[in-house]
Amino acid sequence: MKKIFASTEALVDRPTHYCPGCTHGVIHRIVAESIEELGLRERTVGIAPVGCAVLAYEYFNCDMFEASHGRAPAVATGAKRSRPDLILFTYQGDGDLASIGMGEIIHAANRGEKITVIFVNNAVYGMTGGQMAPTTMPGQYTTTSPYGRDVKDVGYPVRMAEIVATLTTPGFVARVSLHNPKETIRAKEIIKRAFAYQAAGTCFTFVECLSTCPTNWGLSPREAEKWLEEKMVPYYPLGVKKRPEDFQEEQHGAS
Amino acid sequence: MAKVLMKGNEAIGEAAIRAGCVHFFGYPITPQSEVPEYLSKRLPEVGGKYVQAESEVAASNMIYGSAGVGIRVLTTSSSPGISLMAEGLSYIAACSLPVVVVNIMRAGPGLGGILPAQGDYLQAVKGTGHGDFQLVVLAPASVQEAVNLVILAFELAEKYLTPVMVIGDGMIGQMMEPVEFPIEGVGPPLDPGDWALNGARGRDKRIINSLHLDPEYCNKINMDLKAKYDRIKKNEQRWELYNCEKPYDLLVCAFGMMSRICKTAIDELAQAGYRVGLFRPISVWPFPYATCKQAMQKAKRVLVLEMNMGQMVEDIQLAGQGTREIDFFGTAGGKVFSPDESKEKMLYSLKQAGAGKSRAGVSQPSSKSEGKPKKKKAAKTAGPAKKRKAR
Amino acid sequence: MALHEILMAGFGGQGMLLSGKLLAYAAMTQGREVSWLPSYGPEMRGGTANVTVCLSDKPVGSPYISSPRILLVMNQPSLERFVPKVRSGGLIIVNSSLVPIKADRDDCTVIYVAANDLARTAGTVRAANLVMLGTLVGFSKIIDRETIIKMIKKEFKAKAKFIPANVAAFKSGYQEGTRARGGSR
Repeated sequence: MKKIFASTEALVDRPTHYCPGCTHGVIHRIVAESIEELGLRERTVGIAPVGCAVLAYEYFNCDMFEASHGRAPAVATGAKRSRPDLILFTYQGDGDLASIGMGEIIHAANRGEKITVIFVNNAVYGMTGGQMAPTTMPGQYTTTSPYGRDVKDVGYPVRMAEIVATLTTPGFVARVSLHNPKETIRAKEIIKRAFAYQAAGTCFTFVECLSTCPTNWGLSPREAEKWLEEKMVPYYPLGVKKRPEDFQEEQHGAS
Repeated sequence: MAKVLMKGNEAIGEAAIRAGCVHFFGYPITPQSEVPEYLSKRLPEVGGKYVQAESEVAASNMIYGSAGVGIRVLTTSSSPGISLMAEGLSYIAACSLPVVVVNIMRAGPGLGGILPAQGDYLQAVKGTGHGDFQLVVLAPASVQEAVNLVILAFELAEKYLTPVMVIGDGMIGQMMEPVEFPIEGVGPPLDPGDWALNGARGRDKRIINSLHLDPEYCNKINMDLKAKYDRIKKNEQRWELYNCEKPYDLLVCAFGMMSRICKTAIDELAQAGYRVGLFRPISVWPFPYATCKQAMQKAKRVLVLEMNMGQMVEDIQLAGQGTREIDFFGTAGGKVFSPDESKEKMLYSLKQAGAGKSRAGVSQPSSKSEGKPKKKKAAKTAGPAKKRKAR
Repeated sequence: MALHEILMAGFGGQGMLLSGKLLAYAAMTQGREVSWLPSYGPEMRGGTANVTVCLSDKPVGSPYISSPRILLVMNQPSLERFVPKVRSGGLIIVNSSLVPIKADRDDCTVIYVAANDLARTAGTVRAANLVMLGTLVGFSKIIDRETIIKMIKKEFKAKAKFIPANVAAFKSGYQEGTRARGGSR
C-alpha cells in the first residue's frame, strides 16, 4: 500500500490553538515540510512573532525563539550573524511585520540577511480581537474601523512584498495565497525555494502568504476563502516579485 | 603587557574582545560612538562580526538573538538609546540570557545634551524596563576600571545567565588614560551549555521564550529570577572606601567619575586638616547597603554628590535608615562639579556637622581599601591587572 | 613633584588635542599617571576645542579641572574664557601670532610666543600646536625634550614626510620656552 500522507517531522504532533478555517495551520505545515524535505530541521531556528502565531514555538519541532512585537527580523539578524551555519526563519503576521516591525523588516531585507521571512497577511489583527491592520482592505470593517477602512483617513493597505522588492539588495520576494489547493501547492513550492536559497547562502528571502481569518472577518471558512480570492488577491497580486538571478550589480561608489 | 593610552570608549571595545566577545550589534550615539567605530574596525580583524543596527530597539533584539544562539555579545549606547533598548533587555532578562550593555550616560531628560551626566542611575538599578527584572550594574571611575568591569561584566553575565550593564558618564567614554589589559589576545568563546538554540541535532527542541500565560508558571519564573537576584546580592557586592581607615567626620558618597572629583577635593581638605572619607559603590546593583551603613555610622554626617538631581541618594537613605543626616547636592545638564565646588559642598556639610579641622593637625589622605567578593576568580579581575592567557 | 594640570585650548583643528595627547603619552611612557580629557561634541566641529591633561606621580583624582595651573591658548576666545580661571602663580602661554590682546594676570607667568610664525619657519604652519607644546616643555621642564620628540615621530609614523617640520617646530618652541625661563630669573 502506498502512503500518500504522513505527518512531518518538523511539526510537533499536537493540536494547535488556531480557529477553524484559519490558514495558519496550513502555512505551518508547508513551512515544516519544506524544512524537513531540505534536510534542514536539525539546524533550523524559528522565531515566533507576537500575534496569533505567538505560540508557533510550541508547534514547530525545531529550536524556537519567541520575539517581541515586530522584532523577529532583528532577533534573526543577531542569531544568523552570530551562527551563519544555522537556518533562521521568522514567522510574522501583518500587525507584527507591517506595522510595529516595519523598520526591522526593511532593514533586515536591505542588509540582505540570509534568513527566510514568512509573512502571514490576513488583513486584520487576529489575536487582539479583530482590529484594523496596515493591510486591512479599503472599506473593511474591523473593531477599530467601525465605519470601514477610510483610505482618506488612514491611507491604503500596505503591499509589503512590493515594498521589499524595491530594495536594491538582492533577494527572493514572492506573494502566495492559501485560498485553494492549487495555490497552496504553489505556496509550498515558493516557500521551499526560499529555504533552499537560504541554505545555499544566496540571499534574503521573503514570502507573503495571503491568509484567512474567518473569526474576525465574521465569515464561514468557505466564505472566507472566497473573500480572500475576490477581495484580497486583486489588490495583492500573487507571484514572484524579485529573484536573486535577476540581480545586476550597480556601479555606484563613494570611495 | 605595556600600558597604552586609550580613550575610554575604545578601551571598552577592546576589553570586550579580550573577554572573548567578538560580536557587537549597536547604533551610534554621542558620546559612545567611538565604541562602534572602534569595533567596526577591530572585529573583522579577530574573526568577529560587527553589525550596525537600524535602531537601538533593533540592537537590543539582535543581542537577544545572538545570545540566544549561544554567542557572547555586547551592545553599547548612551542614555536616549538605552531607553529604546529597554524592550530587548526585559526579554533578555526574562529568558535568562547573558549579554553586556554599556551606557555612556549623557545629559537628559529627553534629547538632553551630549555632555557627561549620571541621570540614568535609577533607570539602570531600579527600572530599566517592564516587569520584575534586574540588571547587574557596575560603575567604573577610570578607564582602567572600565576595562576591568567590562571583563567582569561578561563573567557575571555568564555565571548568572543575566544581563549586566556598565554605566559610565561621557567623561569615561571620552577621556584617555593609560590602560593595561589583563587578558592577552582574544578570550575563549562562550560555552553555551544546555540552553542555546544551536540546532536540535540529536536532542529535543529548545525554546527561548518569555510568554507564560499560566499564572502559576509565570509566578514561578519570577520566583526563580528573584532567587537568582538574591544570590547575586549575596555574592557580588563591590565597593571602595577612600580615606576611611582613620576617623572621619564626614562621609561623602559618590559613584563613577564624581567619586574621583571628590577624591581630589577630599585630599585638599585633608591637607587643610579636615577629616572626610569617601564611600563609592562599584556595583551600584547589587548596592552594598551594609558596608555603606557601617561607613555612615562612623561619620557625624553624610554628603551625597551626584551628576543628577538625586538618584543614588535614595540608596544611601535606604542604607542609613534614618540614622544619619544626609546632605545632597546634584548637578545636571552636562555641568560637572569641579573639585573646588565639591570642596565647598563638603565644607558646608562639615559645618552642619559641627566638625572643624582636626586638632591632630594635617591628616594624611589616600588610604584606600577595596571591597569585593572573597572568591578568587572575582578578585582576579577586580584587582590590578593580573594577566591571564587566552587564545 | 606633584600634580600638573594643563588646559590647552584653541579652535577645532588647531591641534591642541594632539598636543595634549603627545604630552600625556610621553608622561605615560615614563611611568607617570596621566589623564587626557577633551571637550567634545559640537564644539569640536568648528568651534573651540580644549583638552585638560593631568600628570601626576600618584593616581589622578579629578581629570576635570576648573582652575588649571597651566594654560595654553591658541586663540582669543580661549584667552578670554580661560585666563581668568588659571590658579594664582600659574603659567599662561599665548599664541601671539593669532591673539592680539594680552593676558591680564599679574599673578601668573605669561609667555607670548608667535607660534604660527615659528611653525611656518620650521616648515609648516600646521605645527603651531607643537611650537606651543615646545614652549611649555622648554619653560616648565615637566617632561624631557627627547621623549616628546620620540612621541612626535611615533604619531607621524604613517606620514613620515611631516616629521622633520613638526620636530623642528617643537624644537623652536622649546627654545622660546628655555629663553623665557632664563629671562624670568
